[in-house]
Amino acid sequence: MSHQPITEDDLHAYVDGVLEPERQAEVAAYLEGHPDAARRVAAFSDQRELLRKALAPIADEPLPPQLDLSGMIEKRQRRRSPVWWAVAAMLMLSIGGIGGWVMRGSLQASSGGLAALAQEAAYSYHVYAPDRVRPVEMRASDSAQLVQWVSNRLKQPVKLPDLTGSGYRLMGGRLIATSHGPAAMFMYDDDRGDRLVVLTRPMVSEQSAPMAPHSGGDVSGFAWADNGMGYSLVGQATADSLKPIANEVRRQARTI
Amino acid sequence: MSDLLRQVEPVIPALRRYARALVRNRAAADDLVQDCLERAISNWGQRREGDPRPWLFTILHNLAVNQFRRIASRGKHIAIDEANEDDFGQDAVQEQKLMYQDVLDLLARLPEDQRAVLLLVAVEDLSYADAAKVLDIPLGTVMSRLSRARERLQREIEGTADGAAKKVVQLRSMK
Repeated sequence: MSHQPITEDDLHAYVDGVLEPERQAEVAAYLEGHPDAARRVAAFSDQRELLRKALAPIADEPLPPQLDLSGMIEKRQRRRSPVWWAVAAMLMLSIGGIGGWVMRGSLQASSGGLAALAQEAAYSYHVYAPDRVRPVEMRASDSAQLVQWVSNRLKQPVKLPDLTGSGYRLMGGRLIATSHGPAAMFMYDDDRGDRLVVLTRPMVSEQSAPMAPHSGGDVSGFAWADNGMGYSLVGQATADSLKPIANEVRRQARTI
Repeated sequence: MSDLLRQVEPVIPALRRYARALVRNRAAADDLVQDCLERAISNWGQRREGDPRPWLFTILHNLAVNQFRRIASRGKHIAIDEANEDDFGQDAVQEQKLMYQDVLDLLARLPEDQRAVLLLVAVEDLSYADAAKVLDIPLGTVMSRLSRARERLQREIEGTADGAAKKVVQLRSMK
């Protein structure tokens, strides 16, 4: 037998049955010679049993419906579903990008800059144009700040296209995250509430590229690049009606 | 998520038992457990690998303590020992049941921190180290609180709760 003194902690560990067998035996031997300690240990053990038995029925009760874990997990997933739909929609678009994304004209062969930009613009349209609550982060009333903000973030002077001549009013804009860095998105609507999105960001490849049409799903648009800045205009109107608007955006941007 | 279900569901009865013993009110206790499970679902990815029990008890304990604090700060604190005894079952006719009822009443008179240690260790079978994690206190404090909880409960049981307990020897200094 070791001669490590028996401590108060040992007595509790003895009661809780968590000692190593060897130590357990040592404590048992100690208790035989110490009736006071033995009485306490016996009392603590009784107490422990009493508590366990008194509380055991609670754990045996059937669970109330509010604690149905699988139901809670399901509800949580359902609550999250709008996000999932958005993610699913994005995924469909990406898959469309591989399988069915149609890039006509000079964009068809291009895997780089302009095609990516066109896709980013389409994503932005799909996510923000249907939003009735907060389609833009900064409203048209703050357009000066909006231009300042996105110009700072893009590290490029950004010109805000004015499309009133084409029947579209500026709603506002926001900064968009793309895999090529920040992009500025401007949104417009006409008297019928139809919306357009113009996306612009610095180009990594294809610093200059002629305007080319693109379409995917129910949106179509035009993308081009001038002097290192890429642009894409996307909407649900026909390509024929979007083309003159794209031309107007390009004309204004060139006058910076 | 099936992982979550498989590991957490078996612990729910114990969580209910702990919550009920702490707050002594069925509805309030189950609300706490529900909160705890919601948090467990949201934070499942952040738990550490291994036995989820200490993690779940930590969430539950913190929720319970926050609730105690909120109630206290609203000034409407209902002392635990005055809580409705009916919550532990009305048909306490059998002698055995009365005895159980008595020990739960006495348990409720312990200071909250001592009660928590005693419940986690003696009823929920958490190791001393896990109890220390749940309560965010050093192991030595777990041991001293456990000792004080047992001594005090024993005095209560023996009906010598007048503080002038004849034979109580504090073997440990209070930490």
